[in-house]
Amino acid sequence: MDTYTEFVDGAQASFGGDEFIFVEVATDMDLEATLRVIALTDSVAAAEISGVTDICPAHVSYMLRVDPGIRDPRDLLPILAKIHKQKAKDSKLKIESRIIEMPILYQDPWSHEVLMRFRDRHQDPTLTDLDYCSRINGFSSAPEFIHAHSSRLHIATFVGFMPGNAECYQLVPSEMQLQAPKYVRPRTDTPDRALGFGGAFSTIYPVQGAGGFQLLGRCAAPVYETKKPFGPFEHSTVLPKGGDIFQYRSIEMAEYEDIRSRVKAGTYQYRIGTLEFDLSQFREDPTGYPLTLAEALP
Amino acid sequence: MITVIQPGLYTTVQDQGRFGFYGVGFPPSGSMDLYSSAVANILVGNPAHAAVLETTFVGPTLEFERNGRIAVTGATADITIDGVSIQPWTSIEIKKGQVLAFGGISAGVRNYLAISGGIGVQPVMGSRSTYVASNLGGVEGRALLPGDRLEVLADSESHTNRNRFETPEYLRVSPLQHHVIRIVPGLCNYLLDSKSQQLLTAETFTVSTEANRTGYRLTGHQLNFIEREQPFGAGSDPSNVVNLGYPVGSLQAPSGTELICLMRDAVTGGGYATLATVISVDLDILAQMKFPETVSFEAISMEAALQLRAQRGKRLQSLVELIDAVT
Repeated sequence: MDTYTEFVDGAQASFGGDEFIFVEVATDMDLEATLRVIALTDSVAAAEISGVTDICPAHVSYMLRVDPGIRDPRDLLPILAKIHKQKAKDSKLKIESRIIEMPILYQDPWSHEVLMRFRDRHQDPTLTDLDYCSRINGFSSAPEFIHAHSSRLHIATFVGFMPGNAECYQLVPSEMQLQAPKYVRPRTDTPDRALGFGGAFSTIYPVQGAGGFQLLGRCAAPVYETKKPFGPFEHSTVLPKGGDIFQYRSIEMAEYEDIRSRVKAGTYQYRIGTLEFDLSQFREDPTGYPLTLAEALP
Repeated sequence: MITVIQPGLYTTVQDQGRFGFYGVGFPPSGSMDLYSSAVANILVGNPAHAAVLETTFVGPTLEFERNGRIAVTGATADITIDGVSIQPWTSIEIKKGQVLAFGGISAGVRNYLAISGGIGVQPVMGSRSTYVASNLGGVEGRALLPGDRLEVLADSESHTNRNRFETPEYLRVSPLQHHVIRIVPGLCNYLLDSKSQQLLTAETFTVSTEANRTGYRLTGHQLNFIEREQPFGAGSDPSNVVNLGYPVGSLQAPSGTELICLMRDAVTGGGYATLATVISVDLDILAQMKFPETVSFEAISMEAALQLRAQRGKRLQSLVELIDAVT
């Protein structure tokens, strides 16, 4: 058997040992490929294939975990080939999604303390992460960068790495896409709920730990919660799902502290709305269309 | 109940793993050496998936508050009950008030201690396995501490009086200082240049000191990637890809300088090209290796990987049958 199997839509499948199947739909980051991955993995889930224990969509690829005691992983290739063939004809690029507001204290003191400890691992030790990101993206000040980052929506295109982690791509015209490299060497510490930015992706660190994204601020509300299952955590310990759209709202310290106390009391209410995201509409009007999505917030 | 007098270096509650949540970032966790963990359970009459204690280099000292049966498998270690040496890979009676203690390890890394009934910590998302990075499962999502008290589930009557049983030699594992670890090539293997593809299976790699439940770093040889225009969103290093899912057991080579094999507390994805995957049977073997032991990789087919997996199942089944025949 060859190492790689190519499907009719150009996707390439191979085995990850005796338990995993890896399918690469595209190699470049591309929202159309992301939506195709969501559609394909939704179809795999809907098929309820016995022996498939985990379905793992990523930005432009996906992975399945199979229990070989129940099903020979090789049997899945023809099933996947069929699903890819069906979906190749399907040009509908819409997904049912949620919009969630995340209250962010940009330039918070906790991330600042941590990032100052790791200046020797940074591209430019003389600047803070935020000042560095502002400069390399052509802004004259940090508030301008914060405005560009927080005034436009972000879509979760990969949920994983660790529980609660969701890498989000900003819904802006390509010339407005912000970018920044990851640290030269990863930090060994990051505050929980820190807002990180690396490549073209933003994420909120679910727990304290190592990390390599530029640190921009800290979210007042958690994305991962095991101790106090309030609100969205009553049914899942993690908040984000693939395809979720996030509004990072810039807040001040007083509001940050107020939200923290409500989170601790289990009374904080996330602002969550439901919507349909239509890629073709976004492509036609990448500036105006996301503004209409924000109206779905309650 | 069991009271932890000394916790050992890094002792956690583990079972055969947590499934169904890989897609939202939860690794399976579970025993690093699943075979040894299952054997320990079978020896005391538990189902193979019962929760056991996994030790790392130095095991714990534990006081038992009720009669039961124990078995210790995995690494080669000195183990005593009330100061008297006991046999590993053997079903042994332990009485209320007795103290089980682990001494030094002479081969391997991890021991598995099964107790009849199984460790009774609260299951989280279908598993009792500890995942320390996200403070999940086991005892408060962490390694054991002095003074911890572990609940033991009620054991089935039929097994409390079973005869002392020693696992025959051929059903034990023997950690060596060099192992051939079998891999299935695939994933982003096509990004390695042809010379490096050959080098991966022709040369020997050394287990580094950074080898834990998340991943094993292996050093020895620079691997090189084909020259290509980097995909949008991937990052500038030739070993970078747009972040993708990592199978448990997958090998990656950040900047080509060293190999990382992801283990049972794997991060579920990231931005380095994955090159091949260690088969599940041999992940158990790698989990018993340490610095400066060495491995070489052998590429095998999916067919062969599945056969080896089935053979492991048969070995466990033959142990069950051997025990049933004498009890």
